[in-house]
Amino acid sequence: MISFSKLAYDNLDDFLYGKAPHPVVLKNGLSIGGGTLYPEINFTLPTMLIEEHTMPEVIKIYKEIITGICERARELYVPGFVAEIETLPPMTFHPEWGEEVTRTVVEIIREHAEKYGIKAAVRITPNDIREGRDLVHMWHGSHWDNILETFTRCAEAGAELLAIESVGGKEIHDKAVMTCDIEKSIFALGILGCRDMAKLWSEIVQISEKTGTVAAGDTACGFANTAMVLADKKYIPRVFAAVVRALSSVRSLVAVECGAKGPHKDCGYEGVYVKAISGIPIAMEGRCAACAHLSPVGNVAISVADLWSNESVQHIRLLGGMAPTVSFEQLVFDCRLMNEASSQGLDKARMLRDLNADSDSYLDPQAYVLRPDVVLKIAEGIIMEDTHYHRTKKAAELAIAAIRKAHDDGEIKALEDKELNYLDLLEETVADMPSDESKFIEHMLEECEGEFDPGKYDMD
Amino acid sequence: MAILEDISQAVQKGRSKEVVALVQQAIDEGMEAKDIIDAGLLKGMGELGVRFKNNEVYVPEVLMAAKALGRGTELIKGKLVEEGVKPVGKVVIATVRGDLHDIGKSLVRMMMEGSGLEVVDLGVDVPEDVIVAAVNEHKPQILALSSLLTTTMEQQSVVIEALKAAGLRDQVKVMVGGAPLTQDYSDKIGADAYAPDAYSAAEVAKAFVSE
Repeated sequence: MISFSKLAYDNLDDFLYGKAPHPVVLKNGLSIGGGTLYPEINFTLPTMLIEEHTMPEVIKIYKEIITGICERARELYVPGFVAEIETLPPMTFHPEWGEEVTRTVVEIIREHAEKYGIKAAVRITPNDIREGRDLVHMWHGSHWDNILETFTRCAEAGAELLAIESVGGKEIHDKAVMTCDIEKSIFALGILGCRDMAKLWSEIVQISEKTGTVAAGDTACGFANTAMVLADKKYIPRVFAAVVRALSSVRSLVAVECGAKGPHKDCGYEGVYVKAISGIPIAMEGRCAACAHLSPVGNVAISVADLWSNESVQHIRLLGGMAPTVSFEQLVFDCRLMNEASSQGLDKARMLRDLNADSDSYLDPQAYVLRPDVVLKIAEGIIMEDTHYHRTKKAAELAIAAIRKAHDDGEIKALEDKELNYLDLLEETVADMPSDESKFIEHMLEECEGEFDPGKYDMD
Repeated sequence: MAILEDISQAVQKGRSKEVVALVQQAIDEGMEAKDIIDAGLLKGMGELGVRFKNNEVYVPEVLMAAKALGRGTELIKGKLVEEGVKPVGKVVIATVRGDLHDIGKSLVRMMMEGSGLEVVDLGVDVPEDVIVAAVNEHKPQILALSSLLTTTMEQQSVVIEALKAAGLRDQVKVMVGGAPLTQDYSDKIGADAYAPDAYSAAEVAKAFVSE
């Protein structure tokens, strides 16, 4: 495994959108992180069941979606884009269905590429089905086999970027989020999540090598975005969601440690930390993802993005066309503006980056921990530590300290007392956690007894 | 009675040990279990529920209170049976087949438990035949179904049709929820209620069982 002990950036001025120290260049020459911010469009089906008899309709809809997107790309002179297919659970349980969808989308993209010279690529993100009553083990059995088979089949069908929203540790993290239990969160992400990522991403990297594709990246969506959504609903404090965001970066970095090259997946806002540490390009989503969910980070999210995504949108009709086409157009215009600023010089690009960051970061601690300057400071502290556990614990400590200082200095809108009470609680809990990883695991296995099956992670 | 107010306050603060001690004291003083439940334990949860609705407290506080309420109720269970007091109501809850999302359903379950309802949680990715069998076995007043995907919400309709086929539809109120759902969709598939969030779901469920 690659070990990162130094940031990919020496100074903040170079930490920009559209540009990464280690760009990913695809077979058609599309360079992600090579100086241009490109749109990444994601879409999902309208209300319908996915079953064998509905698959012809499913394929028909995917054809409509991608054709509409390709035509809009031509109309708007889009130089390149990425289309992400996130398989729905039945398409991972039946890898041949995911393969058929991929082949359909790839063929239409290739037709348009030949006719109009648009450089486009497909990212395949198999739904991680390792949950539920039938799961026998995280790393073997039919669920595991189906995920890996879906990757292989879809890669062979033409998807060039391999990604996943993996769920190792999520069963514990769901409980951690609902109870704002930071110890449990660190156990789920820093121990279970990191161990699972190491197993899973070693396999994905091997598949990418065999199929001539790119192992791209993961996302802690099921962890940190779940916290963000609950914070938006005022179910949990925003400071907890902000801290989880920072510590989830250690877990998502494991993909790169295993050999993933980027672009990191869009809904993983922690990608900014992954980019700061590893230098790989990242996809991000923000204001153009309002079609999928509320977030307090709509502008700051674009500050250092290399692909700009909409998260997902249903295939429904709007006045401007079908929703995926409309959503794509919104991404295209955002990218145009950002790229125009870059073309007018680094000062303009830095100004636009900072305007995007400043416009969000005062209003919410979750946006504050995504500021490029804050990210570099926290990331630098994270990589000083040796193990995933120590790094995750450090990420929590540093995020808590950064939020408290920002509150005290008036850099973020004053936190309510009930938020500050939680910040105190988080700080005290993290300070009391042991530095000895084996003692921590022993303690957490007792704490989590009956809440998950350690045997599924070979911890029994 | 001061002690009932003390129980209510201890529940709201999530102090399980204190709740258990106070409930035991109330039993020792000869109070009726129904009064301890209604004017102490459930009153406390009700008041905390209002504070949650007003964004004064977060879910973890509600969960700690629900845990305290559960400890208090456990202590008094035998006495409730002796007095012939029936549970507030029973709910079977599940995320439907093909959908692996758990957290929204779990929040609804906890809010419902905090309202004094007994909840049987079938988990995620639950096929319609398993749900029908659970309704048959547990005889709940309410069946709550969750789905978070556009491609699984139709499964809620499949469950309702399966209940009809099993002759159970009239015996249970069906509530539906999940991010892509709407009241219109709920009406279209013949559900009895749609709840946009966990708190509303518990409120609707309480209203159903008190009918």
